[in-house]
Amino acid sequence: MLLRRPELPYSSVTPKGVYLSRRRFFGSASAVLGFAAGGTLEGQKLSAAKSPFSTTEKPTPFQDVTSYNNFYEFGTAKSDPARNAKRFRSDPWAVSIEGAVAKPRVLDLDVLLQIAPLEERIYRHRCVEGWSIVVPWIGFPLNALIKLANPTSSAKYVAFQSLYDPKQMPDARYAGIPFPYLEGLRMDEALHPLSLLCFGLYGEVLPNQNGAPIRLVVPWKYGFKSIKSITKIRFVEKQPPTTWSLAVPSVYGFYSNVNPEVDPLWSQATERRLGDFFKRKTLKFNGYAEQVASLYGGMDLRKNF
Amino acid sequence: MLNRIISGRWAKPSMFLICLLPAVALGWRAWRQDLGANPVEYITHATGDWTLRLLLITLTVTPMRWLLHLPQLIRFRRMLGLFAFFYGCLHFLTYVWLDKFFDTRDILGDIGKRPFVTIGFTSLMLMTPLAVTSTASWIRRLGGRRWQLLHRLIYFSGLAGVIHFYWLIKSDIRLPALYGALLFLLLAYRLFVFAAKWRERHRRRVSELQPQPT
Repeated sequence: MLLRRPELPYSSVTPKGVYLSRRRFFGSASAVLGFAAGGTLEGQKLSAAKSPFSTTEKPTPFQDVTSYNNFYEFGTAKSDPARNAKRFRSDPWAVSIEGAVAKPRVLDLDVLLQIAPLEERIYRHRCVEGWSIVVPWIGFPLNALIKLANPTSSAKYVAFQSLYDPKQMPDARYAGIPFPYLEGLRMDEALHPLSLLCFGLYGEVLPNQNGAPIRLVVPWKYGFKSIKSITKIRFVEKQPPTTWSLAVPSVYGFYSNVNPEVDPLWSQATERRLGDFFKRKTLKFNGYAEQVASLYGGMDLRKNF
Repeated sequence: MLNRIISGRWAKPSMFLICLLPAVALGWRAWRQDLGANPVEYITHATGDWTLRLLLITLTVTPMRWLLHLPQLIRFRRMLGLFAFFYGCLHFLTYVWLDKFFDTRDILGDIGKRPFVTIGFTSLMLMTPLAVTSTASWIRRLGGRRWQLLHRLIYFSGLAGVIHFYWLIKSDIRLPALYGALLFLLLAYRLFVFAAKWRERHRRRVSELQPQPT
């Protein structure tokens, strides 16, 4: 390490004063133009129309939603992601659409944002650990992207992959689960109007710790299904592997629908809504049974957990 | 010098206050509403953490007396053990009260069928007789030898505590592994001492049997 020749001679390093003033310039330029110059889009406003799919329940405060996170690439403590993802580069960003599609392609974030009008969806979000929050997400139905991707008839599942950049995520190696993070949905689940391709929350782009710049939100499944910082969406014929069921297959299944009756490790009968003192009963499919129960007609949900 | 400090009259009251610090810090944070987004989880983790830490610290007293030549450290052992029990009780109370809200059926179900709860409860149960018999009068009543034998239960309590921690963690096992490694060293030390004593006794017995040259 010590003997390695530096890749750049010291003479070519930009003097500190110059780059500091450059940063100041970019800082003020982005403030004027309304965008950040590389790195992150955090804080940028995102406008969206209201949606009939929103719950009337009181949203969990922004502070809690953005400081209590499971995002193991940035560390396993709840407070780690907010701290360690501060300098995460979520801009520029592109998502590769591949597999069983008419034409594989790579879409830039600004292209993705144009696919469908943005909606605000206030959803309940239930973590498998027994806590829940209510979040005003911003995005559009995943089915809009699927329509655009134009999958072939052999596409039965959609597989998602998160970014894994060990340089930006040095704590990931202690997480004890394999990366890159993988998730998947059956095609009918992915096409369900509640499945949201999400770009923001609380009227602004996703904070890094919440999965910037693009994530999935599947409100009737445990939170870990709602994969963050997506870089790949692949249409496949067979049920794709998913990270938590790879790590602990006896506890986490492919479906992972919120279900108070199935609890391999912890009791899932109740949950604590952040901010509440008393626990509340957990509802089947996280309260979205009316909309999604028909997807699982005839399935034994104890076996297909 | 160090021996004199730990034999002094302020040593025990000071240690008492130090052991109380985690509870005070927790109370302070609770009062300032600074326990994060999930206060019950924070309290559960903090009290559980300190139970295990104090258990391990209690188990460190005996080896340290030898390694550091500080026999007077024995003065702290009972207090440290009782504080481990104290934080263990707070941990259990948090679970019973703040987490389950005295839902007895739910709690008994948990203890019965969730291995990590079962073993955590076992760990606390194993500590209880030790806390009860920690007084001088109980030592007298039981007799030193039997009392000492009973108090070896702390080894199993520590083991159960570490397993409890390991089983409840989702995937990042660094901390339970560290506690496990420390416990292993502390128990290995005792095994080593025990083996050395046993060998010594054996040798003496053998040499006694041998006809002595006149």
